[in-house]
Parts: sequence; structure tokens; C-alpha cells
Amino acid sequence: MNDTSEPIVRFIDVQKSYDGEVLVVKNLNLDIARGEFLTMLGPSGSGKTTCLMMLAGFEPATHGEILLSGRPINNVPPYKRGIGMVFQNYALFPHMSVWENLAFPLEVRRMDKAEVKRRITRALEMVRLPEMAGRRPGQLSGGQQQRVAVARALVFDPDLVLMDEPLGALDKNLREEMQYEIKHIHESLGVSVVYVTHDQAEALTMSNRIAVFNDGIVQQLSSPDELYERPQNAFVAQFIGENNRLLGTVKEINGDSCTVEVDGSGIVQALPVNISGNGERTTLSLRPERVTINPPEGTVPNVFDGTVEELIYLGDHIRTRVNVCGHDDFIVKVPNASGHAALAEKATVKVGWATEDCRALDAS
Amino acid sequence: MAGPPPYATPLYRSWYYGFRFLCALIFLFLIAPILVIMPLSFNAEPYFTFTKGMLSLDPDAFSLRWYEDIINNQQWLHSIKNSFIVGIASTILATTLGTLAALGLSRSYLPYRAAIMGVLISPMIVPLIITAAGMYFFYSELRLTQTYTGLILAHTALGTPFVVITVTATLVGFDHSLTRAAQSLGADPVRTFFKVQMPLILPGVISGALFAFVTSFDEVVVVLFMAGFEQRTIPRQMWAGIREQISPTILAVATLLIIFSICLMTALELLRRRNERLRGLSAG
Repeated sequence: MNDTSEPIVRFIDVQKSYDGEVLVVKNLNLDIARGEFLTMLGPSGSGKTTCLMMLAGFEPATHGEILLSGRPINNVPPYKRGIGMVFQNYALFPHMSVWENLAFPLEVRRMDKAEVKRRITRALEMVRLPEMAGRRPGQLSGGQQQRVAVARALVFDPDLVLMDEPLGALDKNLREEMQYEIKHIHESLGVSVVYVTHDQAEALTMSNRIAVFNDGIVQQLSSPDELYERPQNAFVAQFIGENNRLLGTVKEINGDSCTVEVDGSGIVQALPVNISGNGERTTLSLRPERVTINPPEGTVPNVFDGTVEELIYLGDHIRTRVNVCGHDDFIVKVPNASGHAALAEKATVKVGWATEDCRALDAS
Repeated sequence: MAGPPPYATPLYRSWYYGFRFLCALIFLFLIAPILVIMPLSFNAEPYFTFTKGMLSLDPDAFSLRWYEDIINNQQWLHSIKNSFIVGIASTILATTLGTLAALGLSRSYLPYRAAIMGVLISPMIVPLIITAAGMYFFYSELRLTQTYTGLILAHTALGTPFVVITVTATLVGFDHSLTRAAQSLGADPVRTFFKVQMPLILPGVISGALFAFVTSFDEVVVVLFMAGFEQRTIPRQMWAGIREQISPTILAVATLLIIFSICLMTALELLRRRNERLRGLSAG
């Protein structure tokens, strides 16, 4: 077996261009640890699927090297890579039964009959479909087909499984159920998973680490909580979760805080993240749940007057749209805790936030 | 039959029945020549017309003598054998070549696809007499006229376009992630083709093969140019039969051919439906 500390996948300076002019993937460097669940998250056209296809071997890299368990695989055809793959549309063979679908990778590997039987039985139990072995894919529901596709990608015990938006075609409830199921399978088998999605909730739920792609570049690579709480640039802050944006100019940076003059409405104390100097344009990023309505005097440095524009009751919290600093799309999530302030539309309120919750990011 | 809806106006009603009558006439127009041939083949007299005895359903006016004549006639038996040899051989060749061509044409990165497609299906579009004359001169240079090889190759060229068209149509609906899936599971391209692609495009291949066979089986123009006495096929023998010895044996052969065609069509349609059901594409 391979050294467990060595990354199972390494992308080294990988570039990809389909037409020889536009780079779809620009200089990707990424190590994926053994046993890790890594998600490539990004809007469509961001290069995430291209990276997955290069790893699977269906697209050649234009430049750079991809290593699988330390071995370069640029010249290895897909059928010799031994990587399991789950496709967006399941890609089950419609002319074969569930059993035959699962037997396919095992027969290719010339396993003996008893071993094939043992493995298929185990795989079907893992996805909780042991009684469906004789059915054809066309006779299964979408969720069942997806489970069979997962079982088929795992039945030959690959070290690495790729999943290309596998839950995209399922309805919301089933999608959430399958998220947990795939996560549990990953945890119990210890297999490495590279998962591609554009659904951030899915990425946050399932991953050990998330690589946020945009414009062919990994914008940030970190754990879900890190990604949500400490976005490194304006794109990530905007793409992951809900986000209030205030545009302004940096006045002064001093260590862990900086002062920013928000356009036309005064000075804000913020946490400098990727700004470099005075006079620079910046985007202040604030999570709606980190903003307090009518904060007690003296608890937070940033307090502004606002007008309540809209209240939407969502049960566990009240989504409040406030006009603050000239922005009428400033969202505050007021938790429905006991004794929370009863607000009315058009009421004048104070909104406040802490320095470290207000991140000063690049202006783009 | 449901009949016209209750709110139908008299004009609508007359159109409703008139339309059906028109359809029946067109149907009759298409099938009448075939229907006439069948009873005539049982004629006891060596004529191509209904005798008085036949019209009054006199049993003595009917006979199987023309069917016996086929069995006793070496020329007919030889031409039937030839038709099957040439038909089956050219079908196998046309199906193989046409399927491979269609697979290549389905690749998205193939340049000049429309031009290649045009060349491949040209034997279907160019008037047959021109193709036949061209083949005659070309094949005589290669000393392939009046040989089985030459006739089989000529019929292969005529049958290939049908296979290309039907298989291409099947491939339009083919999900290419299935071939990727097969490869990710460890199957090399050859195995992927035989285990995944081939079973799924089989209905198109079968339809194409059927058309190719029928094209060869009832083709007379190219045979007139290319075949010697030794290579006479059924249509060529019928042609000779009409011109040289007018005998109702032709009608008996024609009837047998019609029955053969119906059986072939039915068998293949059943096979195709079974295959589609196995693929899980249609319910039940």
C-alpha cells in the first residue's frame, strides 16, 4: 500500500485550454489528501468540471502534471486509472440489470464468481438496495438510480472516487438525504472523494475541504467553517452564504483593524483581509446573522441609523431588510429568541456590528 | 371506431367519412398490384388473367403447378440461391462498414462531417442507372464484372447508406457519458464498444441491415449490368422470365417473396421491440 501521508492527487501547474487561446483552468496547484472529501465548488464555467475530467482522464491537460498516488497519469488512459466515477445523469447501462451494472467493473478485472457475488451483495447493502438487484435502471426512481451509480463506482474498491454534480437531478428532500448518505459512506470506507457541485449548501454539508473555483482559478481552499466565516476575497464572500456588501475607501490600516470610509455615510471599523494600502477601494463584507439590531450602548464600535424596509417571518429567524448607509438591501437576520425586539416596518432602528465581523476585502 | 364527435356539423361529418374513404382508396392503390398477384399464382392455366373458372371459384381452375415448377426448375432454384448468397454477404459488409462510418460521424470533433456524409449516402441519391453504368465500367477494369465478388461489392455500396442513416439516427439519442462510465470502470475501448455501445445501437443496426438486405434482394438494374448468367438473382430471373418465357411461375415466385418479406419484417420488428424493452426504454 502507498504511504498514507502522501497526497492521493496532486495537480502541479495544470492549465487547460480547449481552443488554444482561452485558459479554462489557469495554473492549478492542488493537493488532495488520502481519505479526504474535497469539493470543487464554483459557478458554471469556472473550470471545476474540467479539472475533474482531467483527473478522470477524459480531457488531456494542456500544460502541467497530474499525479495519482505519486505517479504521473497524463499518459494513462481513463480505463487504466482505476478511479471510480459518479456522473451527473447516473450513466447506468440501461440494457443491464442493477446486478449486471455492478458486475461490469468486476468482470473487467476478471474476478472469480464468488468474489463478484460477495462484493455486489456488500455494495447493494451499503446503498440499502439489496432487493433491487434484478431490476433495470429504467425501473428505478431517480434516487435509487443514484444509489446504484454510487455503488457501482465503489464496488471495485477504488482509492479515489470522483462525483460530478451527482445530486443535481434529484428533488430537494432526496438531495439532502443523499448528501448525508454519501457522507456516511465516505466516512465508513475511508475512500478519497473529489466532488464537483455548484450548490454551496451541498459543499458545506459534505466536505472536509472546499476549493472555490472562479474564472479558472482556485479562489480559496479551506474547510467549510473557515470558508464561511473567513472568506479571503470578495468573490468567496459573495458566493458562499448570504452577504451584505458596503463599498468604501481605506483610510488607515493598523494591525488587526482598519478604518474605512463608506461611500457617503461615515467611518466603519473593519478587519483588513486582502487590502494593502491607504486610499484603496474596498468591499466590506458582513454576514446578516452577525449584525445586531439596537445593540446595547458601547458594545460594538460600528453603529448606524437605519430604517426597517421589510420584515419576512421565517420561523426560526426574522429576515429584516434595512436601509443603512444608503443601501436599501442590507439584510439582518434577527433570531427568534425569547424576548427579541418586536420590529415594525418603517421604524427607525440602530444597527451595529463588531470590527472582526466586518471584513475589508478587495473591491471587485 | 369512435365516429365523429356529437357536436359535428353536417359538413364536418361528410369530411370525417370522406377523409377515411380517401385514405382507404390510397391504401388500395398501394397494395392492389400485390393483392392481384397472389390469387393469379394459383391459376391452373398458363395465363396472367383470371379465368372464368377462377372467378366462379371452381376448384379445378386452381392449382399449385407453378409452385411445383419452381422446385423443378434449376434456373429458379439457382437464382434463389444466388439472391441469398449476394444478399446476405452484402448485408454483412454493408452493416459492418455503415455502422463503423456512423460511429465515426457521431464524433463531435470530426471535420467535414457533412461532406463525408454526403459522399457516403450518394449511392442512395444518384439515379441507380448512373451508379450501375459507372460501376460497370469501373469494375470491368478490375475484372470484377460477372463475378460474385463484384456483385456483392456493388450491392454493399448500395446498402451502406441505409445502415449509415439508421445507425446515425440511433446514435443521436446515445448518451456518451455511458462510454465514459464504462471506461472509468476499467473497460478498454473494444470492450466498451461490444458491451455498451453495440447493444444500445442494435435496433438501428438491425433496421439498417434489413434495408440493406432488401435493397440487394430486389435490385435488378445493377444486376443487369454486373451479373453474368452464373450470378442471376431472383429479380434478374423474373426479368428474363417476363421477356423470354411468359409463365405464371413468376407469379408464384412473387407470392413467395411477398410472404418472405412479411415474415422478415415481422420477425425483425418483434426483435427490435424486444431489444428496446430489454434496454428499459419503453414500458412493459
